[in-house]
Amino acid sequence: MINASWLLIAIPLVSSAILLLAGKRSNSWGHWLGVLASTASFVVGVGALFELLGKDASERVVDVHLFDWINAGSLHVGAGLRIDPLSLTFVMLVTFVGTLIHVYSVAYMEHDTDRRRFFAYLNLFVASMLILVLANSYLLLFVGWEGVGLASYLLIGFWNHNPNYATAAKKAFVMNRVADVGMIVALGSIFATFGSLEFAQVLPNAEGLAAGNQGMMNLIGIMLLVAACGKSAQFPLQAWLGDAMAGPTPVSALIHAATMVTAGVYLIVRSGAIFTQAPNALLVVAIIGAITLLFGAIVGCAKDDIKKTLAASTMSQIGYMMLAAGLGPIGYAFAIFHLLTHGFFKAGMFLGAGSVMHGMSDDVNMRNFGALSKFMKVTWITFGLGWLAILGVPPFSGFWSKDKIIESAFATNHGEGWQPWVFGLVALIGAGITAFYMSRLFFMTFHGKARWSSEESSELVHRHPHESPALMTWPMIILAVGSAFLGLVLSLGDRFVTWLEPVTGHVDEHEPVIAVPVLMTVTLVLVVLGVFLAWRQYGAATVPTTPPQGSVLTRAARADLYQDSVNEAVFMRPGQYATRTLVFGDKKLVDGAFTGLAALIGTIGIGLKKLHNGYIRTYAAMMLAGLIIVLIVAYVIWN
Amino acid sequence: MTSGAEEVLFWCLAPLMVIAALGLIFARKAVHATICMVFVMISLAVMYIANQAPFLGIVQVVVYTGAVMMLFLFVIMLVGVDAGDSLVDTLKGQKWIGWILGIGLGITLFSFLGRLTLSGGQGHGSTVANNPAELARVLLGNFVFPLELVGILLVTAAIAALTMTHKRNLTRRIGQKELADARVASGARLTPLPSPGVFAQRNAMDVPALDPQGNPVESSVSRVLRARGQERDAIYDPEIEQLDKAGRPAPSTWDHEIEASSATLDEMPEQGAGVADGEASQSENSSTEKED
Amino acid sequence: MDYANYLYLAVILFTIGGATVLLRRNAIIVFMGIELMLNAANLAFVTFSRIHGDLTGQVVAFFVMTVAAAEVVVGLAIIVSIYRSRRSVSVDDINLLKN
Repeated sequence: MINASWLLIAIPLVSSAILLLAGKRSNSWGHWLGVLASTASFVVGVGALFELLGKDASERVVDVHLFDWINAGSLHVGAGLRIDPLSLTFVMLVTFVGTLIHVYSVAYMEHDTDRRRFFAYLNLFVASMLILVLANSYLLLFVGWEGVGLASYLLIGFWNHNPNYATAAKKAFVMNRVADVGMIVALGSIFATFGSLEFAQVLPNAEGLAAGNQGMMNLIGIMLLVAACGKSAQFPLQAWLGDAMAGPTPVSALIHAATMVTAGVYLIVRSGAIFTQAPNALLVVAIIGAITLLFGAIVGCAKDDIKKTLAASTMSQIGYMMLAAGLGPIGYAFAIFHLLTHGFFKAGMFLGAGSVMHGMSDDVNMRNFGALSKFMKVTWITFGLGWLAILGVPPFSGFWSKDKIIESAFATNHGEGWQPWVFGLVALIGAGITAFYMSRLFFMTFHGKARWSSEESSELVHRHPHESPALMTWPMIILAVGSAFLGLVLSLGDRFVTWLEPVTGHVDEHEPVIAVPVLMTVTLVLVVLGVFLAWRQYGAATVPTTPPQGSVLTRAARADLYQDSVNEAVFMRPGQYATRTLVFGDKKLVDGAFTGLAALIGTIGIGLKKLHNGYIRTYAAMMLAGLIIVLIVAYVIWN
Repeated sequence: MTSGAEEVLFWCLAPLMVIAALGLIFARKAVHATICMVFVMISLAVMYIANQAPFLGIVQVVVYTGAVMMLFLFVIMLVGVDAGDSLVDTLKGQKWIGWILGIGLGITLFSFLGRLTLSGGQGHGSTVANNPAELARVLLGNFVFPLELVGILLVTAAIAALTMTHKRNLTRRIGQKELADARVASGARLTPLPSPGVFAQRNAMDVPALDPQGNPVESSVSRVLRARGQERDAIYDPEIEQLDKAGRPAPSTWDHEIEASSATLDEMPEQGAGVADGEASQSENSSTEKED
Repeated sequence: MDYANYLYLAVILFTIGGATVLLRRNAIIVFMGIELMLNAANLAFVTFSRIHGDLTGQVVAFFVMTVAAAEVVVGLAIIVSIYRSRRSVSVDDINLLKN
């Protein structure tokens, strides 16, 4: 099955092409073809997984060569797939969660006339993501990278009749493009340093070439980080994620929670060999992760839009993953672990939010929700399991992955210097804030007093909450099961870390500066504190339907910590001015030079025309003047 | 090398020439300017002769002064004698430009002259006397081709002038018959004025002709002279008679009656007077009538 | 006797002729100015011929005279025909080639 793993990519790709080309004729059965394609990919992925599991640990990195791609001078890139634990983990995540979301979308997008096109784009996304994670060279990875960017743009702006949504899609694409500059510079640097772009030639040689190329290694690391920041919505390229919620909820679940935004983490972990040789770059990765962690958490506390809160939460959790990846070899595996569990519970929560929106007539304002637990039981339970998972409450998934990250944070740099303390405390505080705002979301939505009414006469908003159909609830249930138990299952005997060892390398764990039990207790205490504070304000007390004034921090958080204003002031306006100046310069200088030249000649002509006044005496005078000039010149020469 | 005489000539003539040339600029009437030009031309001819180019000097007088300047005068006559210039210039600033450029040109050329170093001057010495022949030698020797071309040029110029001034008849040409018919119809005099007649002794303009009866015809004298009172008698004038006689040939055989009459030369006048008296009285009458 | 005197005279006459062309409006007088210039050149030729003892100068002056005569003929004919059609001999009135 490993040799047939190209089917993983081919099936969704072909399906997408069919759905796009078949057009309206396929409207009645298109969505099922999409679901089928995704399921087929999942089956092939499972087959590959079993085959790989059957192999010995040392043989678990397989390169499947598909065809010769580029032969240009000294650049030889072959198109092929790398089947190893890391890529198969991602394959499983993408196809499994993806298929569930495909099924969910059948019901969610039922009333949309463009459902078939939606599935075409979803399949395109799945194909591109699989190219990204299965590529055996940086170049092919970049192809997948761009592909998911395209799919994201198409899906965010799916309802592009609304100009705001179209603008949001454009914003996401442009910010990703900025990050792609980093990717391209990294590609160039890798080629310059290693002479090849294929993983098989780059990664094993990183250690050997590190000695003389320290600067290059750091450059590659930083550039890869820039690329990852764009794709994973990390600081400073995080402004697009909130606006990306303009897309339909399945899109938010699949792309902006589980898979695409994790591509950055994948890139960094895949390039672990390079990063290990570039400690400065690794430090920057950790710092970025820490900053984003807090950024997302703070913003999440003040958002009233359920999807935007979940988006901020995603940003924050990926910050955790980045922080883990930035801790060095010890953190790579934990980052992926958290990525996997996060994929389940975040996707589950997004689907739950979609279910809530479905029941509340597509309303996203949490201030209009409340006491929905009685009306949407399945949604409540599945969402609740996801909530507990993200909080890190044992024995749910989040506990196993997040706690490992917090421990590793406290164990950075072999426990010396400021790194363990800073990173560890940031992770810890982040956990607390996460608990607070996720609980706030949960209580505002499902508990408390209802801020809506099904009666016409009430002054509250008019809503008829109801449970979602089976096609929507079953994926949520499956994901909730995953959120609950996956972490436990994968942690038993460190089997997940061992599974990833062929890729990340075996590293001995260090002891954190604070003892592990102490750490666990402190974490739990913070979590409980956060939940309690949230309950007190949003569960027990009455939640105002209009947002109150709030403190400076609250207002700042509502405005996404002014990320848009900063971007506008620092990048957009100067860029606009630069463009305008260049256009002005082009018009005035370049065009002006030519038209000015023409106009000048015309003016000279008109001026000279005045000499032709028709009077003979003027002509005679001119002749005489010319004669005098000639004589003077002759006189001068004669001298 | 030249004599002092030439210097005197030069210094007398040159200032006058310059003044005359300036007259060309400043003269109001075109005719005055032409006369100034004529003076300059003739002075130039004198200078040429002084410069041992006698042929050229004469040609200058004949061609330039005689032909060209006269041509100018004729054209002025055709165009309008009193077509003069006003002082105000139509073109803006042309006066200043003209003066500045003119003076500038003069200064430039003077500066050229200032740098000139002239040799002593060989002059034409021996060939001066034979100047036309020597000139012809050079002309027909080295310059035959230009000579012929200049000839063609002159012919062309003449034809051009003819063509350009040719006036087309705007009306139909009136022929002689039409003129005569018109004259008859209007009752004007058909015949020319009478000739002096056989009996007339003189045919001067101011003496009337004599008709076959011997009477003077008034209309034979010009109207102008008649109006001016300058008409003379047709009677026998003794002065004329004496002059006649003085020039008379010797008497011949057939002239005996004249001989006879010549003895009585003194009576002749009476006879003649008697003969003519009758006429004279008639003519006197007529003349008195006339004088009245 | 300095032969240069003749040359100075020729220059002065030439200048006056040139100034006439520029300053007078009557076409006939302008023409006379041109004639004056030609004559001044003739004087210079004759003087130089005398200086060098070469009769070529006189021959050239002869040719100049001839050509000038032809030119006068044609030029005056033109002036006459212009007068016939426009009833004016001012050179300023002949400005149809303006611009």
